Order: sequence, then C-alpha cells, then structure tokens
Amino acid sequence: MTRNVVVTGIGMTTPLGGDVASTWAQALAGQPGISQIPWPDWHPDQPAKIAGLMKVDPEEILTRVEVRRMDRSEQCALIAAREAWADAGSPEMDPVRLGAVVASGIGGVNSLISAYETIKEKGPLRVSPHMVTMIMPNGPAAMVGLEVGARAGVHTPVSACASGAEAISYAARMIQSGRADVVVTGGTEACINSVTMAGFAAMRALSTRNEDPNTASRPYDLDRDGFVMAEGAGILILEEEEFARARGARIYGRYGGAGLTSDGHHIAQPDPEGTGAARAMREAIEDAGLDLSSIVHVNAHATSTALGDYAESIALRAALGSHIDQAIVSATKAMTGHLLGGAGAVESIFSILALRDRIAPPTPNIFNFDPAIQLNVTANGPVALPAGDIAALNNSFGFGGHDVALVFTSV
Amino acid sequence: MSEDILAGLAAIVNEVAGVPVEDVQSDKSFVDDLDVDSLSMVEVVMACEDKWGVKIPDSEVKNLKTVGDAVTYISANV
Repeated sequence: MTRNVVVTGIGMTTPLGGDVASTWAQALAGQPGISQIPWPDWHPDQPAKIAGLMKVDPEEILTRVEVRRMDRSEQCALIAAREAWADAGSPEMDPVRLGAVVASGIGGVNSLISAYETIKEKGPLRVSPHMVTMIMPNGPAAMVGLEVGARAGVHTPVSACASGAEAISYAARMIQSGRADVVVTGGTEACINSVTMAGFAAMRALSTRNEDPNTASRPYDLDRDGFVMAEGAGILILEEEEFARARGARIYGRYGGAGLTSDGHHIAQPDPEGTGAARAMREAIEDAGLDLSSIVHVNAHATSTALGDYAESIALRAALGSHIDQAIVSATKAMTGHLLGGAGAVESIFSILALRDRIAPPTPNIFNFDPAIQLNVTANGPVALPAGDIAALNNSFGFGGHDVALVFTSV
Repeated sequence: MSEDILAGLAAIVNEVAGVPVEDVQSDKSFVDDLDVDSLSMVEVVMACEDKWGVKIPDSEVKNLKTVGDAVTYISANV
C-alpha cells in the first residue's frame, strides 16, 4: 500500500526574515537581503566581504543557555523547527513514529574556530565541553530531534549544497517505507567566518561585488561573478497523508518524489553537459508519477556562478525537453544568497508556497540577461502559475558532484 | 566569605545552566535538584577556577555533590 507524503508545517529563518511569513513576503517583493559583513577586523586581502546574514539574529530569540550550548547552525535549525512544529499543530503522537532528518553542508565551523581561538588565548583546558556537539554535522538534526522527542531515527545526509534537499528525500523515504509517520526535516547553515569565506573565495566561487551587496547575487545575469554566502535554516514537517488527515492537519502540498544522482566528473566543477543533473530531474518526476508537462515551476539551484547556472539550464532542457518552455523558473538565491546546506530546504518551502499561492517568486538583479540561458525566468517580477493540479521542481547541486531534484505538487 | 562564594557560584550556575540564582542554595544537589549535567558541571568548574584562582581536579569534582560541597571546597582552597 502506497504511503503518500504531505507537507503539514513549515518554518524558516533567512536573510529575508525571521520566519516564513516575513521571508516569503520579502521574496515576493523581490528584495534581496545581502549586506556587508560588519566585522572590524577584516584582513585587507579578504576578497568577498558580503553575505546574507540572518535578518533576525538567533541570539535575540533563544535563551542565553541555548546560545551557549548550540552552534549557530543548530540555533537557526531549532528556531525554524519550532516554527514548523507549531505550524503543523504540534502533533501529539507516539515518539517512536517520529523522526528528524536535518542536514548541514559544513557543520559547526564557527564553533571550531572559536574553540581554536580559546586554545590560543586561554589554553586547552578552557575549551567548552559543548564544543564537540556544537561542531558535529549531525548536531542540528540531534538538537531538533531532542526538541520534538523523535525516536524513529535522527539522520544527517551530507552532500554539500545539496544536503538540505537530500535530507528531505531521506525523510520522505522514512515515511514511505513505514519507518515513521511524521518527520521533521530540512537543512541549516551558519558558517560565515573569515576562514570559510577565504576558502570559497580561493575557489573563485564567491562574488566580490562588495560595494553593491544587494545586486551581487545575480543568477542568469551576463556579469554574474559568483555566489553570495548566506546563513539560515528551513524546516518542513512531512507527514503520512492518512495520519495527517486523521488528525485534521492543514496540508500545504504534497511531496512528489526525488531524484538523486552523481556527476562522476569533478570534485567542485559542475559537469558542463549537466547529464547527472538532468537524470536527477527526470528521476524525480518519474518518482512522483508525473508527466513532464506537469512541471509548471522550477526553483533552480542557480547560485550566480558562470558555469553552474548555464550547466543547470541545459540540464533542465535535456530533462524536460520542450516542456521547459512552459515552466516558470525562479532563482531565489538572487535574494537570499546561498544557504549551502540550508538552500535545498528553504527553496523547497518556496516551491511549496509558490504552488499554494500560484505565484512564482521574482528573480531580481538580471540587468543583462545571459543569452545562453534559454529559460523562462521571472526576471521582471513574480509570475502567476496556472490553476488545477500543478507541480514544481526544486534543484540542488553540491560540491562533490551531488545532484538532487525534488518534486512537490499542489493540493 | 562563604556567603560571597555562594553568591558567586549562584551567578556562575545561572550563567552556565540557566538555573535561577535564588535556587542555588547550599543544600541543593547539582544533578538532582538543579539539573546541572556532567557537561555543564565542567563549565561550572572552569568558571570557578577562573573566578577564585583555585584548582578543582576531576578527582575532586565527583565529591562536589551539593552546592554546599563546592562552597566548602572553594573556601578551603582559595
């Protein structure tokens, strides 16, 4: 018997807002949330000095003790999870049937760096006893799992910038296979520090448009020069449909399916042909049992890199054929920046809200549309989506050659 | 003297574990009454060492069951 998966709760904290409502409103308004990072001690050679910092700092929301014991990536995951769990009506259920799958691309690097600073200043005996649980990549999943009392399993798939999307696919599989009835899932990232920023900049992956932060992330623009680092988290409550209906839960949309492939091409560069990405998209649509024509909206990975945006665009055409001409494509990283392991989750929520509200969010910052990109992009503002049963495709790709595509459908 | 140490310790336990200052009384057990787990106890010890310049070795920490035990140890070794 098929166990269908529905979305019954959403939560997020992003550079656009501290919750779903404020983030979605700012996304629909096409207003980016990128700024110069206010550090007094920038090294003069630091190439990229801009980022999408969370609009509401977690330290303003959480208790002092929570802040002390959790890495920033855990803090924002917990904030988003609390919003999502409350949004789903805080289901009362057997905890053995409740899971948590929350990913981070990088883990608690900020805490690792501060622990090293502590050693240099005060010696090894002053390193926090909470440091290990603050840096471990499964920390955010564990903190969220503890918050809701999940006992069906707590998991953390790691695939760099595809991690958040992979987590959602894993969570859905837990429900489909019968391991759980409800899973709290998503992704988080908070690794804005001089080390990470220097590393990504060394790969020439970051935009260096430091003087004009809000136009720095410009997917599909001819002059795009890299992505903008961002922090935050997105969490969804996935639930088995009959279980959700029995408790009268509000249903945002359906999880359709997932496609997960690998490029086998290069550790960091996308396959220029986009074949692995295209296979992931086709598999996600097949997994959802849909025709290619059902996909009316795409939330693209589109990070604002020269190679990546183009490779994804040809992969989309390879996967959907002529149907891509009927799909409205949004690249919301133009506004949020790139939340790395949080991106796939935040953009899944955007996809679900787009289906619910029948509107594809805008893609600002396209001043000169790259003629090589043959997609219907929301360059001039939000675009209405059709009535009836519709579906959205959400792409996420990660360093390492990870390709994850998710499909959501309307209710 | 020991009142000052009790007050200082209460502030530390509040900072580290979020326990209200007024709950940190001599007869209270760190684990059973104040919910200070072993990791937080490490933080309490670090902060006490820094505040009063005492050394509290791990072999002693296990004997510090109550707030009063800690106050007595710190008073005797400060």
